[in-house]
Amino acid sequence: MSFVSLLWVLLLGSLLGLELIGKVPPTLHTPLMSGANAISGITMLAALTLIVKAEANVPLLIIGSVSLGFALFNVVGGFFVTDRMLAMFSRKPSNKK
Amino acid sequence: MNLPVIIKFVIDLLAVLLLALGIKGLSKVKSARDANRLAAFAMSLSVVGLLSYYLGTSGIAIQSWIWIIIGSIIGSLFGAILAKKVPMTSMPETVALFNGCGGMSSLLVALGVAIFPLSAGQENFDFFKSLINEVSISVSIFVGAITFTGSIVAMAKLQGWLSTPGWTQSKVRHFVNIVFAIASLIAFFDLINGNTSSIWLLVIVSSLLGIGVTLPIGGADMPVVISLLNSYSGIAAAAAGFVVDSQLLIVAGAMVGAAGLILTQVMCKGMNRSLVSVLFGGSLSAQSTASSGSGEYTNITSCSVEECALTLEAANKVIIVPGYGLAVAQAQHTLREVTKKLEQNGIEVVYAIHPVAGRMPGHMNVLLAEADVPYEQLKEMDVVNPDFPATDVVLVLGANDVVNPQAKNDSSSPLYGMPVLDVQEARTVFVIKRGMSAGYSGIKNDLFDLPNTSMVFGDAKKVLNDLIGELKDLGVGEK
Repeated sequence: MSFVSLLWVLLLGSLLGLELIGKVPPTLHTPLMSGANAISGITMLAALTLIVKAEANVPLLIIGSVSLGFALFNVVGGFFVTDRMLAMFSRKPSNKK
Repeated sequence: MNLPVIIKFVIDLLAVLLLALGIKGLSKVKSARDANRLAAFAMSLSVVGLLSYYLGTSGIAIQSWIWIIIGSIIGSLFGAILAKKVPMTSMPETVALFNGCGGMSSLLVALGVAIFPLSAGQENFDFFKSLINEVSISVSIFVGAITFTGSIVAMAKLQGWLSTPGWTQSKVRHFVNIVFAIASLIAFFDLINGNTSSIWLLVIVSSLLGIGVTLPIGGADMPVVISLLNSYSGIAAAAAGFVVDSQLLIVAGAMVGAAGLILTQVMCKGMNRSLVSVLFGGSLSAQSTASSGSGEYTNITSCSVEECALTLEAANKVIIVPGYGLAVAQAQHTLREVTKKLEQNGIEVVYAIHPVAGRMPGHMNVLLAEADVPYEQLKEMDVVNPDFPATDVVLVLGANDVVNPQAKNDSSSPLYGMPVLDVQEARTVFVIKRGMSAGYSGIKNDLFDLPNTSMVFGDAKKVLNDLIGELKDLGVGEK
């Protein structure tokens, strides 16, 4: 893909991000931050690309693998932690009698 | 276009759509949990898309598979264990740690590509293309390193492993950080010039810059910093997207970066501080020692749990103001028991939630939700403030700066202008607190000196337990 079109992608992605969360109740600030944080672990795709393209280059394979580990730590941990927080909000109605 | 390209294109598009819907859904209470799962699904989908693309085109070598599996298993396992085990009170630190690791990942990708240029880029050497490559590598390393070290410092400070060293409050720190920033610029241009070895200089200097910028920031401002670093990790991911030529990465990174910035702004508004003063103003307490903000308490009224119980029994309307102390003492369940008793006695109980109570926005909501406090009883600051004059009793539990009247009355106070809860308007205020230590900002609280304020000293959980006992003796909430 050409650089210019990648810049367009960057611009539109940023605008989308700005639009997406206009009004957020304070209740959800922490889960939102945590969820967005998990999404930023999308660098795992870059790490995967690196490993696949490394072919037989062992040091690069190791760097890619460590990078993948860090990214997945971010992604898996982030989503689980967010779910734990949100579980507390959705649990209430069922408990009410 | 052949089939694998089309499949990847469709999956990427779908993943972006789902991620956007996920972020959108996370901003509404009803849909938040499903939205989080949707986003997680979108992420897994994107991995499937990428792997299927490579399987369909170049194929994936055995050793690649091995390293992919090793990395994924270790990373996911640690992430999942930590996420399950960590107590709710340590949420901010945990988010900071995860965030730092995301930054580290972007940094490593860029570093790997810089040291061992990918074969694809070498085929037809193009000056413009290689320039873009160098720039995106540098940006990814720079932002990734700042995110990593900054997040780790933020985590260590919140955990109490690191305090704010005195020297970081002097003006010297600006000079030091400027030196780091200039050095990173030099390394950056050197790298673009083709001097690959300066990449290490860039790594070291930007790591130091991350530490240097975060270390002087006071604990009260930490949520803002974490949110900002979260935004950075998105930017780092977008930069990594340029490095490996992935649109999906750029879109997702940009979305998180922009969303993080908005969230940061919302938090700053809640504290009435500008981002600039958070980042460069240093710790609040350091300023207050110089101004008239600090001083001795002259008129402290201390009272027993019994008196507190008696006053509560006679009340019609009670407002609870929770703060970080409640989280530390893990007293949310005990608090819920107390309020249940009061409610059974026909007393109206409401929780006043300051936007920055705790160490993170929404921290208190999460904590109280854990104790099954009905969502409708949590009132935001603007809603609850007019209610204080008509309130009989306010219970301040481990909150401090967010109830400091100085923010309204004393223009020389560093807190001046910060929106606060007007608890002093209520008939009686009980402050449950371990001792007379200052709040996280390190500033004296004028509330404690007011005649209608009584201090109940002790650990929040213990005091609340005693309170339950006293209420029982009074027959409150028992029919």
